[in-house]
Amino acid sequence: MSYFVDKKGYYGEFGGAFIPEMLYPNVKELEDNYLKIMQEPSFQEEFQNLLKEYVGRPTPLYFAKRLSEKYQTKIYLKREDLCHTGAHKINNTIGQILVAKRLGKTRVIAETGAGQHGVATATVCALMGIECVVYMGEIDIARQAPNVARMKMLGAKVVPALSGSKTLKDATNEAIRDWINNPVNTHYIIGSVVGPHPYPDMVARFQSVISEEIKKQLKVHENKENPDYVIACVGGGSNAAGAFYHYLDEENVNLIAVEAAGLGIHSGESAATSILGKEGVIHGSKTLLMQSEDGQITEPYSISAGLDYPGIGPLHAHLYRSKRAEFISITDAEAMEAGLELCKLEGIIPAIESAHALAVFNMKKFKESDVVVLNLSGRGDKDLDTYVKYFKL
Amino acid sequence: MNRINQKLQENKKLLSIYFTAGFPKINDTVSIIENLEKSGVDFIEIGLPFSDPLADGPTIQASSTKALDNGMTSEVLFNQLKDIRKTVKIPLIIMGYFNPMMQFGIENFCKKCAEIGIDGLIIPDLPLDVYNDNYKAVFVKYGLINVFLITPQTSLERIQFIDKISDGFIYMVSSASVTGSQNAFGKTQDDYFKRIADLNLKSPQIVGFGISNAETFKQATKYAKGAIIGSAFVKYLDENGTANINKFVSGIID
Repeated sequence: MSYFVDKKGYYGEFGGAFIPEMLYPNVKELEDNYLKIMQEPSFQEEFQNLLKEYVGRPTPLYFAKRLSEKYQTKIYLKREDLCHTGAHKINNTIGQILVAKRLGKTRVIAETGAGQHGVATATVCALMGIECVVYMGEIDIARQAPNVARMKMLGAKVVPALSGSKTLKDATNEAIRDWINNPVNTHYIIGSVVGPHPYPDMVARFQSVISEEIKKQLKVHENKENPDYVIACVGGGSNAAGAFYHYLDEENVNLIAVEAAGLGIHSGESAATSILGKEGVIHGSKTLLMQSEDGQITEPYSISAGLDYPGIGPLHAHLYRSKRAEFISITDAEAMEAGLELCKLEGIIPAIESAHALAVFNMKKFKESDVVVLNLSGRGDKDLDTYVKYFKL
Repeated sequence: MNRINQKLQENKKLLSIYFTAGFPKINDTVSIIENLEKSGVDFIEIGLPFSDPLADGPTIQASSTKALDNGMTSEVLFNQLKDIRKTVKIPLIIMGYFNPMMQFGIENFCKKCAEIGIDGLIIPDLPLDVYNDNYKAVFVKYGLINVFLITPQTSLERIQFIDKISDGFIYMVSSASVTGSQNAFGKTQDDYFKRIADLNLKSPQIVGFGISNAETFKQATKYAKGAIIGSAFVKYLDENGTANINKFVSGIID
């Protein structure tokens, strides 16, 4: 079985490009060119150079000694939280801005939920001197004020999405509408492994630098490239796609995808898409998504703004259906405790998204000899307000 | 012969009206359809509301949200329409996004449409190749016409392919836009309308997006067979209710 995208843009039965005709030329242009562009030596040189000098890669693969002692297994943290702008998101935006430039685009649009992808997009647009418009749900704008300010400082225009539930999925709709209205000069930088083909594959390739580095770094630490487990959180699934990518065909590496259960899987306030979702079409992709019986897309909930997307990327739907990856759901409370524990044991304040992945150590017992790599996708600075309120600090 | 094809043979410019089922009130569907027919509209697009209608502008999205809040579903719509052919003769098309139809089951959905007397479907986010590979046979089995879209950016090769596989008309999107975002047509649109007309396609073209009044209807149908009004009518319903639908229609075609 293949875990990579096929010629028609599918992962098993998931994926494709379910887009209105108005978007066909834009998406086709990207599909016809993205691999060619990514293979150009000049692209690779510029991309690698920016990852090194600007993003600060490679990020460390850090052996978490005290955390390992507590859980009696060998835990390595892939420190994506140390990337410029505070999360893995910038790996993708650097890649896509270079693609946009080579396609001759003069304007960039993006959607954002918590604001991390918006900040990462605004950052690379500032770097390249390209006009940037970020769509963000009106409700998210109110609850993520610092990131809104960051985007503005970086020169981006933040446009509130006023339709529907006024959150990430509606911001995505608005960005898609903008692209329909501006089909020639604009590139749409999608922030996760979602959307119509070729986005899931393109974003996964840009994020695959994560597992590429893990392989090299683990060789130094453990004298082998493959860990026994890779753990990552999944909202849309970009950091997990990057952390899994070079291990997808290594069947002896167990992959664990961690979803947000919110207040509990069956509480009605959850974002555990693999369990609660059904096959359907969202934002141009056939995947698993949370929806009503009648096929209306429902609003998910998680304390972590980066995990409350009603779908998952088609790659992850395929990994779930084929059982290549194990899916575990973590509640708000479990994640928050795990986040605080990492602060106390390792002196690292994780993003609440990443804290969901950390909570797996309380759910699942690993062997003492197991080598477990956890992708620490982002830092918790953006979540201080939530931590403060939750723990009454 | 399908009612759509019969209608396309009439020697006149055709006016089609779109409305969102379940808006402004849940049970307005049948009376809106009957009044549109009485007012002289040639065919009707019944919008099946969706939570995330990404080809639509704010007017239709807002009407969809309201319709869903009112309780509209595929099931409810089919129940409302079950006796529609006792009173209405003009072609009826359901326009909706793919996900709600997929959840209803495509075969089931088509079967229901056939039982009621629906003549065709417009599904903006169902790609051509997926339709051809997976669903065409079902549409044909139930006598339903699937209407495809072209835009000013669609390549000649693709237009010709769409023409070849179309059984009814081609839905010609007037400009690079979502629904409801134009006020007037300029030279760019006129050139595009003429360019398409000069291709002499086998399928008649009906223009949609950006038609809101008598003037834009006339411009859109200078070369094309007809035109579709959506957002402007939804806005009219929002402001005036369903009482004077004939007034809206007579403002377009006198």
